Amino acid sequence: MILEVNGVEFQYRSKEVLTDIRFQLKKNEILAILGPNGVGKTTLLKCMNAILKPKSGTILVDKEDVLKLEQIDIARRMGYVPQRCEPARLTAFDAILLGRMPHIKWNISPEDVMLVEATIKKLHLEDMALRYIDELSGGELQKVGIARAIAQNPKLLLLDEPTSSLDLKNQLEILNIIRDVVRKEHVSAVMTMHDLNLAFRYADKFLFLKDGTIFAAVSMGDVTPQIIEEVYGVPVTIQNYMDVSVVIPV
Amino acid sequence: MVKGMSVKEGDIAQRYREHTGRKRTYIMAGLALLAVMTVLSIATGSVDIPPADVIRTLAGYSVSVTWDSIIWNVRLPQVLTAIVAGAGLAVSGVVMQSILRNPLGSPFTLGISNAAAFGAAFSVIILGAGSTSSRVGDAVTISNPYLTTASAFVFAMLVTVIILMFVRIRGTTPEVMILVGVAMGSLFTAGTMFLQYFADDVQLASMVFWTFGDTARASWEELGLITIIVAVSIVHFMLNRWKYNAIDAGDEIAKGLGVNVERVRLWGMIWSSLVTAIIVAFLGVIGFIGLICPHMARRIIGDDHRFLITGSIVMGSLLLLCADTVARVMIQPYQLPVAILTSFLGAPTFIYLILKGRRI
Ligand SMILES: Nc1ncnc2c1ncn2[C@@H]1O[C@H](COP(=O)(O)OP(=O)(O)OP(=O)(O)O)[C@@H](O)[C@H]1O
Ligand SMILES: [Mg+2]
Repeated sequence: MILEVNGVEFQYRSKEVLTDIRFQLKKNEILAILGPNGVGKTTLLKCMNAILKPKSGTILVDKEDVLKLEQIDIARRMGYVPQRCEPARLTAFDAILLGRMPHIKWNISPEDVMLVEATIKKLHLEDMALRYIDELSGGELQKVGIARAIAQNPKLLLLDEPTSSLDLKNQLEILNIIRDVVRKEHVSAVMTMHDLNLAFRYADKFLFLKDGTIFAAVSMGDVTPQIIEEVYGVPVTIQNYMDVSVVIPV
Repeated sequence: MVKGMSVKEGDIAQRYREHTGRKRTYIMAGLALLAVMTVLSIATGSVDIPPADVIRTLAGYSVSVTWDSIIWNVRLPQVLTAIVAGAGLAVSGVVMQSILRNPLGSPFTLGISNAAAFGAAFSVIILGAGSTSSRVGDAVTISNPYLTTASAFVFAMLVTVIILMFVRIRGTTPEVMILVGVAMGSLFTAGTMFLQYFADDVQLASMVFWTFGDTARASWEELGLITIIVAVSIVHFMLNRWKYNAIDAGDEIAKGLGVNVERVRLWGMIWSSLVTAIIVAFLGVIGFIGLICPHMARRIIGDDHRFLITGSIVMGSLLLLCADTVARVMIQPYQLPVAILTSFLGAPTFIYLILKGRRI
């Protein structure tokens, strides 16, 4: 198990958001966290990264308690891509280079630069490598954020709606890259998503959240229209089209 | 670095190296310009000294006794003070802008300078840390520089803490920062006026000291103290340069990269307040250098703190030195305090920044 989450609870000031969250994730698997707006998907990701401190519960990454680790040690194990990336007057190269920060002492090494270059090539960002990220489009900026997390070389990738600003081609491309990284580089990924069809194509496990807790934790074969209807309040049917499951609202 | 390694490096990495190389070139050019300006500035004043003689004197070859005395006792300390104070104010400004994620951050705009000035005046008038004399215009002899600096620092920190509290509660939007800055600035200006009300004539005349910052005031000893604080703070800021870059990319990304954002913010504010406090205590309030110079440096080098910190330092030194030289000869035989000139320069720039919005 790369990730074990046990009984995590979280509240913003007085607002209870998450209760009794528990699930596990194996190495080289992708988990999709699904659920309606405001249910607490982003909050859960931030708890896993200790950006937010849960009120109770434990989170183990590779058998180590995240809540007892230093922030820098967490950063060496987990790469986090927020839902919204903020533009800054840094070049895309510099922004991705930041991913090497948890691993450097005083300054970057030539290896760091080469690793960033490799990541840029992997994500086909060559054309924007030396452009300032406050001049990039929303989708380009999102790809830079994902590139940074990959350059961070983590054991676990946390991605908050990684495809929300991307066009159809880029959605598939980025998710393919994430899947490649997960399969080949002994990484696991947790991502929140709204597009169920994309989630079904790329994720191995699914966590459906409802009312701040887990409604269902299932693998691909066990997703039923009932679960989706209960979680989103929309009646659906799931059809198989050329080996791909497709959700269709009815 | 292993030689074979660079062979594997592709064209992107190479272009990136050229890109950072350019920034280094700009900084080197700035340093060269600063060296030239230093000589010219020493040469300029009520008595003009040929630059060649300035260089000779600085190199240790005495050209004439008068020039020795003018250069070593008057011009050089003033020029070095301008360089160090410019560097200190600019580096404080650039760090404040970064950690508050706000382009309008600077010791002056946030009211920290005025608070420090109040603290310094407070220590002299109330705590008796110095004697004031009307002999030489606005001369104030600070007999206990540590008490004065400490007092300036305490009040600067007070404002800093208030600002950090606002950051926690309201975020760091430019509007909030400016309102807090205006409130703090006028509060402590009022405080200084309050002290003036109870000051005697001699003290009153000398209160002007902290209102118009002047580089001609520092003795060698005070210059030494300022230099130490500025140098140590620069080391601290340079050690954190990557963290400032990460904070630029957003608090959450920075945290995800292992940066303890709150701690970096707190220590950054403490050091920049200390730098501001010591400069203000000995020289008075010099406005806008901390605001303008970082932005000029940003224009040329971009926001990468690995280069921006050094760039701002060079820019701050250069600008304050130029302003100081101009103020020295503008209306001879009088020497204007440089703060009057920087304020004339600063106000329009400040308005320009507000009009241009978040990023320039
Ligand atoms: N800083 C905050 N303070 C107070 N409440 C918050 C804060 N951030 C989020 N919330 C609330 O917590 C709940 C969960 O928010 P969260 O961002 O985790 O939702 P989400 O599932 O990611 O939604 P979305 O799909 O829209 O991204 C929401 O009701 C939200 O209003
Ligand atoms: Mg969200």
